[in-house]
Amino acid sequence: MQVEKFYYDNKIVKAFGYATVIFGIVGMLAGLWAAIQLYAPAASLHLAPTTFGRMRPLHTNAIIFAFVGNTIFMGVYYSLQRLCKTRMYSDTLSWIHFWGWQLIIAAAAVTLLMGYTTGKEYAELEWPIDIAITLVWVVFGINMFGTIIKRREKHLYVAIWFYIGTWVTVAMLHIVNSIEIPVTFFKSYSWYAGVQDALVQWWYGHNAVAFFLTTPILGLMYYFLPKAANRPIYSYRLSIIHFWSLIFLYIWAGPHHLLYTALPDWAQSLGTVFSLMLIFPSWGGMLNGLFTLRGAWDKVREDPVLKFMVVAITCYGMSTLEGPLLSLKNINAIAHYSDWIIAHVHIGGLGWNGFMAFAIMYYLVPKMWNTDLYSRKLATNHFWLGTIGIILYAVPLYWAGFTQSLMWKNFTPEGQLKFQFLETVTNIVPMYIARSVGGTLYLTGAFLMAYNLIKTIRKGSFIANEAAEAAPIVKKQVTGKEHWHRRLEGKPLAMLVISLIVVMIGGILELVPTFLVKSNIPTIASVKPYTPLELQGRDIYVREGCYTCHSQMIRPFRDEVARYGEYSKAGEFVYDHPFQWGSKRTGPDLARIGGKYSDSWHYNHMDDPSSMSPGSIMPSYPWLLDNALDTSNTAAKIRAMQTMGVPYAKGYDKIANAELSKQARAITARLKKDKIETPSNREIIAVIAYLQRMGTDIKLQPKPDETASNK
Amino acid sequence: MKFINYLEKISGVDIYGLLSFGIFFVFFLAVLVWTFKSDKHKMQVISRIPLDDPES
Repeated sequence: MQVEKFYYDNKIVKAFGYATVIFGIVGMLAGLWAAIQLYAPAASLHLAPTTFGRMRPLHTNAIIFAFVGNTIFMGVYYSLQRLCKTRMYSDTLSWIHFWGWQLIIAAAAVTLLMGYTTGKEYAELEWPIDIAITLVWVVFGINMFGTIIKRREKHLYVAIWFYIGTWVTVAMLHIVNSIEIPVTFFKSYSWYAGVQDALVQWWYGHNAVAFFLTTPILGLMYYFLPKAANRPIYSYRLSIIHFWSLIFLYIWAGPHHLLYTALPDWAQSLGTVFSLMLIFPSWGGMLNGLFTLRGAWDKVREDPVLKFMVVAITCYGMSTLEGPLLSLKNINAIAHYSDWIIAHVHIGGLGWNGFMAFAIMYYLVPKMWNTDLYSRKLATNHFWLGTIGIILYAVPLYWAGFTQSLMWKNFTPEGQLKFQFLETVTNIVPMYIARSVGGTLYLTGAFLMAYNLIKTIRKGSFIANEAAEAAPIVKKQVTGKEHWHRRLEGKPLAMLVISLIVVMIGGILELVPTFLVKSNIPTIASVKPYTPLELQGRDIYVREGCYTCHSQMIRPFRDEVARYGEYSKAGEFVYDHPFQWGSKRTGPDLARIGGKYSDSWHYNHMDDPSSMSPGSIMPSYPWLLDNALDTSNTAAKIRAMQTMGVPYAKGYDKIANAELSKQARAITARLKKDKIETPSNREIIAVIAYLQRMGTDIKLQPKPDETASNK
Repeated sequence: MKFINYLEKISGVDIYGLLSFGIFFVFFLAVLVWTFKSDKHKMQVISRIPLDDPES
């Protein structure tokens, strides 16, 4: 048969590789900075862009989409060409993909620091960037499928299915969760409200972990682990089962982020059951990886690439064991909202994603520059710094989460809450310090890698176009029955469609009932839309990322009801575009903050939290006291809300600003009584209005005994 | 553009749970059966694809 000569494109792999290292370090620095602010609030520099509420989304987005994203593309562009025995479909598309993605990252960094955010975790980017992501993702898809179609290898190796599954599911998740009504160029409201928004968001959020941080990296594992160990994967059969059951199960698990919340109970239970089942494919995958190295452990001792992979796969196993356990209601009751979750995700992030990225970098750079690694010793040091860093990061946070959660739930024999919220925070500050030391070690390791790779690159010579040869696929007559899955393997588009159907089943069965059935979200007559001033205040709350530290969801537990007030009802959130339930209580829950403190308390507290609560680790927000409130968009905001069905009276947008000023003047007058002089057009006034409204509507409800006596 | 709650009430909501689990169970069994019925030799060939390129 005629063998064809062709060239692999290494240049695009190199570009994504550089971006991986650069954004990895940037993302980790942002994380470290945010972590330090938790025990040294002054590290916020008292500037809006560098305050925790904006640094934290920057950190999560940079790590997920810039660091891990570029890792995925680097690995996919390298492995796909070789698994398909062909060059990428189009060099132009490759470079549009590369530069498009980096521009999105740059735009994300700037807009997040400026406070442009949708307020939905890991989906914070505003609508123009959401559209850009969609377009670039389509470019990636065309390039990937073009490559698969022109391949010279008949069978699609398992890694490619993971890439296909990833592509189609991420597209679906991103589009469904990002449906929003634009108000201005950089401000939009989520189309969904309250419970529905929460369900869609965590269906997305959980599956961003599943299909952006897990399945593509598993695909990379199935390629790079056999390469580095120079032996095939332990069981190819297991990898088939791993793939199909993983993508089927993952999509259901989202509601385990909402246990004990106002989400309907049946949806919570569904999430728990499927989360528990997830352990089997996850561990199947982990064991498949580790067993591949059976009889090759001597190599692991020598080769830094395999070292990183072994710890990465082990961390994958640990966090996928922990995940199902955390979705058990009784464990979740303790772990949720606490630092336990932060520890859990960093076992996945630092261990699984980070170490896989490092392993692949250490494998690819010597290969593509046709040389040996500059220093194995440095790489081994990086390995140990990273490993110790992970332990030093995670253990204190597990400790902190567990002790703080138990302190929250502690009652005195007289039946009073034993600890003030602030006491539970100051108690774990040493753990926050230890965590940032762990993070620093890990980051130092990343710098060592950068140095090691630069040295390696200097001594090698880059092979931009790597020569290869292979025979084209010959159409041969199928005699007899061919196995179903291999027929499917030969058809990438069928694979795409079936993967999509598999992930859609979960999404549809889970989301649709909550949207269609009225009894799932009981309405409460006394819950009314926000006033224009409160709406503006709420948008500032979203802008400053308050949800990164404060929840707005009181679970029906004795301690939470005693501490925060009556537990939250689904009907209270029907006008919340977006929902702001939060996922972490670094500060106390705010669902019923309204009326708890005076206006002047909030005013002083925002200016300097420690003046009102000595020892508080909340950053100060002095700019809220100085910035004039932008009311030019009030009417547009009211109209956007009306579009989504919020019942403002017709023509209300025209009088909205007058109403706004009236309410603002009332607040300023109350502040004046407490000897605080401020103009009524400041942002702080809107924030106070929102805070004082929160969770109060339900109190206006007629009492059950009153209604009974009226009968 | 607004959500309308089309159904007033959800009766027998447990059917969703059972249905979901049932679909998965059947799907999983199908994958399992077909995987193990497949040709062992062919599986071995496919699993060597990453190792077969000339640079290794």
